[in-house]
Amino acid sequence: MTFDTSTLFAAFFYAFAGLLVLSALRVITARNPVHAALFLVLAFFCASGLWMLLKAEFLSLALILVYVGAVMVLFLFVVMMLDLDIEHLRRDFKKFLPVAFLMGAVIVLELSIVLIRSFIGTSSPVQPMLEEMATSNTQALGMLIFVDYVYAFEVAGVILLVAIIAAVALTLRNRKDSKAQNIHEQVNVNSADRMRIVKMDSDMAAKQDSRGEKK
Amino acid sequence: MTITLAHYLVLGAILFATSVIGIFLNRKNIIVLLMAIELMLLSVNMNFIAFSHYLGDMAGQVFVFFILTVAAAEAAIGLAILVVLFRKVDTINAEDLDHLKG
Repeated sequence: MTFDTSTLFAAFFYAFAGLLVLSALRVITARNPVHAALFLVLAFFCASGLWMLLKAEFLSLALILVYVGAVMVLFLFVVMMLDLDIEHLRRDFKKFLPVAFLMGAVIVLELSIVLIRSFIGTSSPVQPMLEEMATSNTQALGMLIFVDYVYAFEVAGVILLVAIIAAVALTLRNRKDSKAQNIHEQVNVNSADRMRIVKMDSDMAAKQDSRGEKK
Repeated sequence: MTITLAHYLVLGAILFATSVIGIFLNRKNIIVLLMAIELMLLSVNMNFIAFSHYLGDMAGQVFVFFILTVAAAEAAIGLAILVVLFRKVDTINAEDLDHLKG
């Protein structure tokens, strides 16, 4: 029995796809959010393998770096930082099971019918794209991003900057017991804010009068 | 036995449906909701890359690049909002978040 490339390709595809679907199912059914996050990491690794099969090497490595390295670590930090009442959160889990699976089956059926009818014949690349460019995937992607889509690329950079500033501004907390000076408030203070002048009559005379009446 | 474009598209459909089911099942737990949204984005990216490979057009991979960027920004801001929310109301149960009385 000899393995040709397409059989090997199919074997890898089914292995990665099966593991991907299984880990996705575990993500949505795991009791503990930490387990859900770890299964999501496994799902990202499987998806990365599938993208590698499709010769999208740069994006499959970027998926691991960006998602597993950054986003999922952030998820794990947040999950471990919060003190969750898991039993309370999962109380209605069983109630929605039938309607959820009905919805899922309907979505898979509809999408499959539409997609298979349209793309059943496409088994190999219509036009091989890398051969004519004679470059690697990363180089071809770089040529596209930095030449044709350079404005979109800069907008993406601005979006990331907005995300950084928003995340910091949302979670930044001023400590109540901090002894730091607020220079702006100190310079802009008015004398009326610091000192209150109260007019009152001479108090001693009134006291002596009342004593005299008592006696 | 060759893997066609339809194989990848059906895999993307199954992944998308799985995450929709996950949104139905975990309606209370906002963290798992965010994870289900990440899975949805992954299935969309899978379709983009499959089309890009089988139709021979690199533009699909550029689009995946931008989707990855926006998804990372979305996850960062979403988790920051979640942390602030947990500090304020001490819960992440979506049904307790009815302060706007909508």
